[in-house]
Amino acid sequence: MTLRSKFSGMASGLAILCAAAAAQAETLFWSTQARPVEEAQAMREQVLAGYGSAVDYQPNEDGPWLTRLQAELQAGKGTIEVLGALHGNFAAMNPDDLVDLGDLGVAAESATFNSLAMLGTDQMQYLPWMQASYIMAANKEALQYLPEGADINALTYDQLIAWTAAVEEGTGQKKFGFPAGEKGLKHRFFQGYLYPSYTDGVVRTFASDAAVEAWEKFRELWSHTNPASTNFSFLQEQLLSGDAWIVFDHTSRLAQAFNERPDDFVAFPAPAGPTGRGFMPVLAGLAIPKTAPDMEASKALVQYMMQPETQIATLKATNFFPVVPVDLPDDLPPAVKASGDAIAKMSGAADANPGLLPAGLGDMGGDFNRVFVDTFERIILGGQDIRAVLDDQKSTLAGIMEKTGAPCWAPDAPSEGACPVE
Amino acid sequence: MTPRYLPYVLILPVTLFLGVFFLYPFALVAKQAFTTGGGFTLDNFREVVGYWKFPISLKNTMLLAAIVVPVQLALALLMATMVNRMQKGRDLVLYVWTIPLGISDLAAGIIWLAIFEQSGFLNSMMTGLGLVDQPITLLGYQNPWLVFAAIALAEIWRATAIMLVILVAGIGLIPKEYYEAAEVFGASPWKRFVKITLPLLRPSLQTALILRVVLAFEVFAVVVALGGTLFPVLMGQIYSYQFDLMNGGGAAALALIVLAISVVFTLIILRALRVPKGATI
Repeated sequence: MTLRSKFSGMASGLAILCAAAAAQAETLFWSTQARPVEEAQAMREQVLAGYGSAVDYQPNEDGPWLTRLQAELQAGKGTIEVLGALHGNFAAMNPDDLVDLGDLGVAAESATFNSLAMLGTDQMQYLPWMQASYIMAANKEALQYLPEGADINALTYDQLIAWTAAVEEGTGQKKFGFPAGEKGLKHRFFQGYLYPSYTDGVVRTFASDAAVEAWEKFRELWSHTNPASTNFSFLQEQLLSGDAWIVFDHTSRLAQAFNERPDDFVAFPAPAGPTGRGFMPVLAGLAIPKTAPDMEASKALVQYMMQPETQIATLKATNFFPVVPVDLPDDLPPAVKASGDAIAKMSGAADANPGLLPAGLGDMGGDFNRVFVDTFERIILGGQDIRAVLDDQKSTLAGIMEKTGAPCWAPDAPSEGACPVE
Repeated sequence: MTPRYLPYVLILPVTLFLGVFFLYPFALVAKQAFTTGGGFTLDNFREVVGYWKFPISLKNTMLLAAIVVPVQLALALLMATMVNRMQKGRDLVLYVWTIPLGISDLAAGIIWLAIFEQSGFLNSMMTGLGLVDQPITLLGYQNPWLVFAAIALAEIWRATAIMLVILVAGIGLIPKEYYEAAEVFGASPWKRFVKITLPLLRPSLQTALILRVVLAFEVFAVVVALGGTLFPVLMGQIYSYQFDLMNGGGAAALALIVLAISVVFTLIILRALRVPKGATI
């Protein structure tokens, strides 16, 4: 080895050591949220920059997120300080792996959210962090086809179908967009919107006659839906490209459209059916794994994330709304204003029928979603008989409910023990 | 060191590497597939095979392999013979043809999605030429065959080169004397290809086919990009068991099924294209 290569070897070794030491000093925030590059960057620069010490914000897909977390938990030794994920991610975890956060002195404003965060135990498994919902959005060019007498802020499913039909007649193209892609959130539409609006339930009423009617209506809506919807997962893309004019999706999956061309689109509440205007929240939470190396640092970061100013910064960065009381400033991005208005109208509507996120399913949350996705694929894409499919899927759903023993959640009527499929 | 032990010492690092990073994880996966909390059980297999999408995914995977691999084989043979005959620019052509090898399969899927999408290149071109009035949905659920064709096309474009490079190397090894002798006896080019190139190419064909068939059973990213949920394949099912359902046992069971299929086909190819003992080129 020459002297020069020895020197360069030493230098690079030193550099690696320094980098490792620097990484050690940062608090690792391991998240499934704010994954798009711009959002992750905004989290780092606008939200976490205000925190006293350095935070390494690492957003990941659900799979890798869980894989590393589980590896650390199994090893009994970790580097992850704080977890950020959806209610469903935490619900799938073993409660013993998360630290009780009840003594932090911070919590969400909503008692419902706080009790959801206990995940059926008697301690705070995670802290509600931020919330969102699913809304409708439309290209303003579609408004001319709105049926006579229909109020865009108080649509019914029948009016929505008539509207999409009129658009198809007027333009010759199917312009309703539905997130039926691989990563699309279609199951939430069925669980939180279609079923509550038509059956006033989700589990109990899964195979009821009202459910058959709901699927018939959806099939009608689907006949005016852009058939490429099976490739759509973030409807902001189709709004911007013009492939879809009227869409349903998660507020943060529509944000880009409103932020890029605020004057071209409108946001409005989800439609109503015979049993009200069903809708559902999205809840993300913060948690600390029991393997966190520095518990004090983890708790301090969680407390920082719950402060009103941080929550407003988070809203601007991710389009997820605060869960603590805040005074919203005037300089919010267009997407936040538009979706905030739509959510307010939706929850304030006289016929509002709010649903809750599935609870008590533990690691069967994915199986529960699959029941709805399979039902959709068989009835709508496969063209199978609605009654037969519902009766068939019903046994799978009943099996999941019995195995987990999960009690009913709103809008289903409360149950003793496992929620029955009637 | 005695020469007797030298070969074993030399392969020791590779053996260790395979043992630690392949055999050990493989044993873990197998264990996971045959257990559900308690002792030995076939529940995981019963569950994944009983799921209504399993026959569809199995059929789709097989069908895709059955269409894509023969087309690729024919193309790769054609391209390899052409390259072999070239006097000038041989390297350049080879480089260009192998470019798709350097592109990840997901990226390849996205490239083809950009072509076939509703607002993609193909639609823009057709509207521009006045062939259609407005963009049509090509990759919709009503056109399952078009979705299949798009996936097959993308796979052929992406992975033919891997067979090509193996076959080009194999053809290069065939001694020129055989061809010269054949020409003396007046054999046509086709006859020379069938009687000389193909038989002597057997070992390379074997390698290329095994590699390609096994990869065809593992097709995933291209399908996800182009077909979404419309075209379920076995690998997609494994992914959804592992990450959507967090059912590691089910994913492991499916992985073993894919492994079994791959092993069966490898054995078939090995047997069908075996080189007789003692025969060399």
